[in-house]
Amino acid sequence: MKNRTFLQRIIGAPYIFWAAVFIVVPLIIVVYYSFTDAAGSFTLDNMKNLSDYGQIFRDSILYSIAATAISLILAYPFAYVMSRKREKTQQIMMVLVMLPMWMSLLILTYSWMNILERQGIVNTFLSKIGLSPMTLIGTPGAVIFGMVYNYIPYMILPIYSVMSKIEPSVLEAAEDLGSGSASKLYRVILPLSMPGVVSGITMVFVPSVSTFYISQKLGDGKILLVGDIIERQIQGNYNYNSGAALSFVLMVLIILSLALMKLFAGEGDDSLYV
Amino acid sequence: MKKTIGNIFVGLLYLILYLPLLVMVVFSFNAGSSTSVFKGLSFKWYVELFTNSTDVGVPVRNTLILAVISAVIATVIGTAAAVYIYYVRSKLWKNTLNTVTNIPMMNPDIVTGVSLMLLFVFVGRLVGAVNSLNFFTLLIAHITFNIPYVILNVLPKLNQTDPHLAEAAQDLGSTPTESFFRVVLPAIMPGVTSGFMMAFTLSLDDFIISYYTTGTDFQTLPLYIFNMVKKPVKPHIYALYSIIFLLVLAVLLFTNISGMKDKKEKK
Repeated sequence: MKNRTFLQRIIGAPYIFWAAVFIVVPLIIVVYYSFTDAAGSFTLDNMKNLSDYGQIFRDSILYSIAATAISLILAYPFAYVMSRKREKTQQIMMVLVMLPMWMSLLILTYSWMNILERQGIVNTFLSKIGLSPMTLIGTPGAVIFGMVYNYIPYMILPIYSVMSKIEPSVLEAAEDLGSGSASKLYRVILPLSMPGVVSGITMVFVPSVSTFYISQKLGDGKILLVGDIIERQIQGNYNYNSGAALSFVLMVLIILSLALMKLFAGEGDDSLYV
Repeated sequence: MKKTIGNIFVGLLYLILYLPLLVMVVFSFNAGSSTSVFKGLSFKWYVELFTNSTDVGVPVRNTLILAVISAVIATVIGTAAAVYIYYVRSKLWKNTLNTVTNIPMMNPDIVTGVSLMLLFVFVGRLVGAVNSLNFFTLLIAHITFNIPYVILNVLPKLNQTDPHLAEAAQDLGSTPTESFFRVVLPAIMPGVTSGFMMAFTLSLDDFIISYYTTGTDFQTLPLYIFNMVKKPVKPHIYALYSIIFLLVLAVLLFTNISGMKDKKEKK
C-alpha cells in the first residue's frame, strides 16, 4: 500500500481537535472541580461529603439493577419470539419497538404520571367501579417501572439483532444431535446471544443509574437518585464542586460495574463498532 | 400452544409500550385543560397550536434549527474523522481514537452534560464573561455527542469498500482529492446519510445534555416541556406530540417500505 496522502493525514485534524477540547478536557475539568473548593484551592471535602449520599447511591444502584434485570427477563423472550417470525413481520415488529424511542422521553414519562397519579386515570377508573384508590406514584416500584418502560427497547434491539443472525440450520443441527428445547436454549441460543445481552445490559443500566427525570416525575419528589442530587447541586445550589464530585464518582462507578460485568459475561461486544 | 403464549406475551408488552402514547393522543382531544380528566371531545388544542395562541412555536423552531446545524457539522467532521481513522496505521493511535470516540456514547448523558458545562463555566470565568452559557455552547454540546454516532455509521461502510477502488481511480489519472470525492465518498454515502439522520434525531430528542449546556436565551422543545411541568402540562403539548407521532410513523413506514423494495430489487 502507498503512503498515506496528505489529505488522509489532515482530514482527521478537526475531529482530533474537537475530541481533545470537548471530550477529553471536560473530563479533566470534572476531576479538577471535584478536588477544589469554590475559590479554586485543593480540597478533599467534596469527596468526604459524598458519604452523606451513601443511601442515595445505594438506592440508585439497586433500582437500576432491578430495572435492568426486569428488562432482560422481558426483552429476551420478546426478542426470541420476534426473531422466529417471518422476515416482513420482524421488520414491522422492530419499527413498532423503535417508534416510542423516537418520541420524547419527557412526554412519555409525563403520560405515565397522568396514568398513575393520585387523581390519575387508573385511580379515576377504580373509584368509578367502586374500589378505593391505590398509591401507585411515589414508590420505588413506579420509578423502576419508569426505567424499564423507557429503556427496554435498548435491551430488545441488540438481543434481537444477534438472535436474528442465528441460522435455523444451527438449531436443527442441535436437534439432530439430540438436544431438547431446554438444552437447545442453554447450550446454543444463550451462548450465541450473549454479546447482545451484554450490550443490552449496558444500554439499560447506564441511563437508569443516572436518570433524574424519571425519579422526579414517577417518584413524586419522594425518591432521590444520584442524578437528582447532581441536578440539585448544579442547577439549584450552583455548587459545581459538589456536582462535579458526584459526577466523577458516578462515572467511576459505571466503569467499574461494566468492567465487572464483562469479567462475568466474557468478552461480549467489546466496542460499539460492529 | 407455545406459539400462542409467545404471541400473547409479545402483544401484552406492545400494549404497555403504547399505553402512554394512547393516553397522549386521547387527551390531546380533551375539551378540558387537564391531562388526566377527560371532559369531552374537542379540537381546540390543535387549533391553538396553529393559531399562535401558545408560545410553543419558538421552541419548535429552535429545536429544528439546532438539530439541522449540529447534524450538518457533526456529519462533516465525523465523516472526515471516520476516513482518517480508517487510514491510520498505528494500532495504538487507532485504539486511542476509538476509545475517545466511545466516551460520549458510554458516559451517562448527565456526566457528558455536566462536564461540558463545567468546561464552559471554567473558560467563561477565565475570560470574565458574566454568562458563559448560550446558543453556541448548546451547539458545541450537540455536535460533540453527535460526532461519535456519525463515525459509528460511516466506519463500517468504509470497511466494506474495496481499498483498491481509490487506488484504481488514481491509476486512471485522478488526484487523491478527486478520487476521494468521486469514488470513496459515493461508496460510503449510505453510511453518511444514516449518520446524519441519527445525529439529527438524537439532537431533536436530547434533553439532559441540553439542560446543562444551554443559556436562558435559547430554549428547545424538551427544555420547554421540562420547564412547563412546574405549571402542569396543557393538552396542547399532547396535541403537538400526537402530530410528531404521526410524522415519525409515516417516515418509519416509508423508509421501511422503500427498504424492503431495495432488498427485493437486489435479489
